[in-house]
Amino acid sequence: MANYETVIGLEVHVELATKTKIFCGCSTAFGGAPNTHTCPVCTGMPGSLPVLNKQVVEYAMAVGLATNCKITQYCRFDRKNYFYPDNPQNYQISQLYLPICRDGGIEIETESGKKVVGIHEIHMEEDAGKLIHDEWEDASLVDFNRSGVPLIEIVSEPDMRSADEVIAYLDKLRTIIQYLGASDCKLQEGSMRADVNLSVREEGAEEFGTRTEMKNLNSFKAIARAIEAEKNRQIDLIKSGEKVIQETRRWDDTKEYSYAMRSKEDAQDYRYFPEPDLVPVVISDEWLEEVKNRQPELRTEKLERYKKEFDIPEYDAQIITASKKMADLFEATVEICKKPKKVSNWLMVETMRLLKESDMEPEDIRFTPENLAKLIQLTEAGTINSSVAKQVFEQMFKDNTDAQQYVEEHGLKMDNDEDGLKKIVEQVIAENPKSVEDYHNGKEKAIGFLVGQTMKATKGKANPGMINKLLKELL
Amino acid sequence: MDIMGLTAVTLGRKIKEKEITVKEAAQAALAQIEAAEADINAYVTVFDKEAVFRRADEVQKGIEDGTLTNPLAGVPVAIKDNMCTKGIRTTCSSKILENFEPTYTAEAVVNLEKAGAVLIGKTNMDEFAMGSTTETSAYGETKNPWNTGHVPGGSSGGSCAAVAAQECSYALGSDTGGSIRQPSSFCGVTGLKPTYGTVSRYGLIAYGSSLDQIGPVAKDVTDCAVILETIASYDPKDSTSVKRDDYDFTSALKEDVKGMKIGLPRDYFGEGLDSGVKNSVLQAAKELEERGAILEEFDLGLVEYAIPAYYVIAAAEASSNLARFDGVKYGYRTEESEGLHQMYKKTRSEGFGAEVKRRIMLGSFVLSSGYYDAYYLKALRTKALIKQEFDKAFENYDLILGPAAPTTAPKLGESLSDPIKMYLGDIYTISVNLAGLPGISLPCGLDQNGLPIGVQLIGDCFQEKNIIRAAYALEQTRTYVQPEMVRR
Amino acid sequence: MANIISDETIEYVGILAKLELSGEEKEQAKKDIGSMLDYIDKLNELDTTNIEPMSHVFPVHNVFREDIVTNGDDREQILANAPEEKNGAFMVPKTFD
Repeated sequence: MANYETVIGLEVHVELATKTKIFCGCSTAFGGAPNTHTCPVCTGMPGSLPVLNKQVVEYAMAVGLATNCKITQYCRFDRKNYFYPDNPQNYQISQLYLPICRDGGIEIETESGKKVVGIHEIHMEEDAGKLIHDEWEDASLVDFNRSGVPLIEIVSEPDMRSADEVIAYLDKLRTIIQYLGASDCKLQEGSMRADVNLSVREEGAEEFGTRTEMKNLNSFKAIARAIEAEKNRQIDLIKSGEKVIQETRRWDDTKEYSYAMRSKEDAQDYRYFPEPDLVPVVISDEWLEEVKNRQPELRTEKLERYKKEFDIPEYDAQIITASKKMADLFEATVEICKKPKKVSNWLMVETMRLLKESDMEPEDIRFTPENLAKLIQLTEAGTINSSVAKQVFEQMFKDNTDAQQYVEEHGLKMDNDEDGLKKIVEQVIAENPKSVEDYHNGKEKAIGFLVGQTMKATKGKANPGMINKLLKELL
Repeated sequence: MDIMGLTAVTLGRKIKEKEITVKEAAQAALAQIEAAEADINAYVTVFDKEAVFRRADEVQKGIEDGTLTNPLAGVPVAIKDNMCTKGIRTTCSSKILENFEPTYTAEAVVNLEKAGAVLIGKTNMDEFAMGSTTETSAYGETKNPWNTGHVPGGSSGGSCAAVAAQECSYALGSDTGGSIRQPSSFCGVTGLKPTYGTVSRYGLIAYGSSLDQIGPVAKDVTDCAVILETIASYDPKDSTSVKRDDYDFTSALKEDVKGMKIGLPRDYFGEGLDSGVKNSVLQAAKELEERGAILEEFDLGLVEYAIPAYYVIAAAEASSNLARFDGVKYGYRTEESEGLHQMYKKTRSEGFGAEVKRRIMLGSFVLSSGYYDAYYLKALRTKALIKQEFDKAFENYDLILGPAAPTTAPKLGESLSDPIKMYLGDIYTISVNLAGLPGISLPCGLDQNGLPIGVQLIGDCFQEKNIIRAAYALEQTRTYVQPEMVRR
Repeated sequence: MANIISDETIEYVGILAKLELSGEEKEQAKKDIGSMLDYIDKLNELDTTNIEPMSHVFPVHNVFREDIVTNGDDREQILANAPEEKNGAFMVPKTFD
């Protein structure tokens, strides 16, 4: 039986972090009641005209430069014509013929090694509005608040061969864009969206197989599941002598199943032509240089600096700089409490654990550097012990609780009353003769159990150092 | 006093000199509308009388306290119904916009309002400016004030007929392939199409975005220059708006054409041109020559390719521009439909007229997969060549002179049956839009049936002053002739 | 007439342009588009090799807005012309997905 190779290319849409839409002065802020961030331009009113937001071009240039693309110094917009209610003009202003960036690539690393994933092009375009289904009316409601929000679409070459590589590529892309400040790249909220183009072919074959395009992938996990399912679907088709049809499919992550998005009313003939309402964008060498010079510190540079400036190990620096949000949080907290290693520990251990448990991304972190710094200061000053600190942190992770206030309100300050503690330790020794005996028989570990019992009896507030000292004295 | 017989500038002066009040002027316009509309049908919407008078009072105050100084302050104006007017229905003479009330006003109209203009109505046009006769309007055809059995031309037929029938002092039109110049010629009025980018397109409901330009329609060249000076502006809301060095078009109102080199393209006087039209236009050229201009015949080249290139480009842009009329956000929606796609199809099929549908179909076809290169790109390449031909011509001439249309106004109902024949009528005007040039049409005589003939002057980009100067000089050689219906 | 427009082409263009033509209109459209294309084919007489397609007549470029919010909440105005609305949104027949 033949072995199959999966060939994957990605089309990644990223919402840019501009304050206003791409062609009008409406806010891009999330939320807001339907159609409250709209104007004649982004609702396609007759006679309205688009004017390009300069920041969109600069973000697109920055992403292109950071992904080793060639910048198209004479680029233009085109109209992509198709009817849909979320598309107010029934054409989308996009770029087909002269996209702003071309021929780039980024290096990724997976278990199977390092490789470069090529970037075919990056183009600028406008987002569509939102459709909400109204069950009561059995109709759809159109909200144009997102209509005209600037997007860049990053089209990769079909260079990936596994879900691992896809995730690595997306992760790298996301880190780069976040560092540039060009987008927050949240998959769940849709500010980063990936469409997967996938085909399979027999190993060693030269020609690509027929590909499908998968949409509606809202998390890395969904992407991995969809790739696995689509790969298998295509292999099954081929094995049973059927053909893969070139089509767009929609992934349903709860059912772990995709279905074809087909309609006889969709001709998929977009009749692109140069947008006559916009003039070309000419990017001079000087402008390009300016954008290059303004490029913020990217991950690699930051990583090196952290090792030098804060004297933290490579491993720590790797984890912290993996996300811009994490790195920003790290630096801001260190700035306040001046304890880099402590801050890095909190981020690497407890923060990562809680993120994983609650299925969150670093971008979703709610606590502020101020509160993390307070927590560290409380621990350092011996005001709370480490187990209380963890308890406070969990609370803070949930809702950005003020550490100082929480400790006071819940009476969690470390108890340093030696006489009081002595009485409790004596009682614990009296109640646990077995452990005492074990200890005396050389089982050093038994003392741990006694520490734990004492801690429990003090509701976790005791000073662990003091417990140890007292136990050793009294045993 | 015959208020409506005055030019806009003369009326403006008399208002400032307190000979006539703003309200009297508005009243005179509304009265003439009432008298003439049954025969002419130049308007789709006439403004409410009380609202017009309120506005007149406001402008009167502005003039008296010295805040409104523009020569057009207080003068009644009509606006082609493809320019948005806040709170007043704007239909493009289409059923699909029968109830559309814009929430904003077109920039050109805003400029007029700032200058103290008194708007009195919205004029009829070919549906979405697609046509040369104003017969494709969903609100009935407009008739030519010179002979109501004939068309006024189009697509700005309502604006031109309203000026000729004295139902307003001047009007705004729009010109995509001759839509100001051709009906001006048919109605015996003066109409100017400025260089592309001179007047903001913001709020002008697009037909062919790369060709559309708003311009004045008036009784004479002076009015046109003053109106253009008022409506032209660099508009940051229109990316194709051009920041010009000069906006003082009235400074060119001089009777001085000495040494001006005028080219007469041989192809503009060849086959297909009515002999009466030819004679009048050549006579006009001679009059300029007598006043010192130097005439020369030359070969412009590519004239016959302008129409096919134009119809590809305009139809392609229109097919996309008119996609937004879908029954979702504004305008007409079909009464009953099953599902989204049927709603779209029924709304659009019921809302658009035959000519609009024809052009949308053609435009969708030439852009569709497999035809884009052969038709659309080919047309854009032809456009580049046509522009080169004009560039070459303007190396030798200050302006180009020719007819505005091959014939005078045809009879009602004669043109629509054969689209190609109708499109051929645009042969002298269309290439000006492709090349973005300014052009003016002004009356130069009447044919044997008493219908007006227009002469067209074409300038190089941004050289409106050349055409205004020559047109002004030519105008001095004759008196303004009015259609019989308004001769008093 | 060189350009024979088929029923399928008219059907297809109708889908693209969202126009539903009656039988009679279809016949007329076939005829009109066919003859217009014949006329447009005149362009093939021209040699346009090495000629750049010209979409803008003037070499104007780089017209930008600064990234500053200038619009407030105009919902009422935006919805003023809606054929059907509900809860501040435009209402349309149910979409597929």
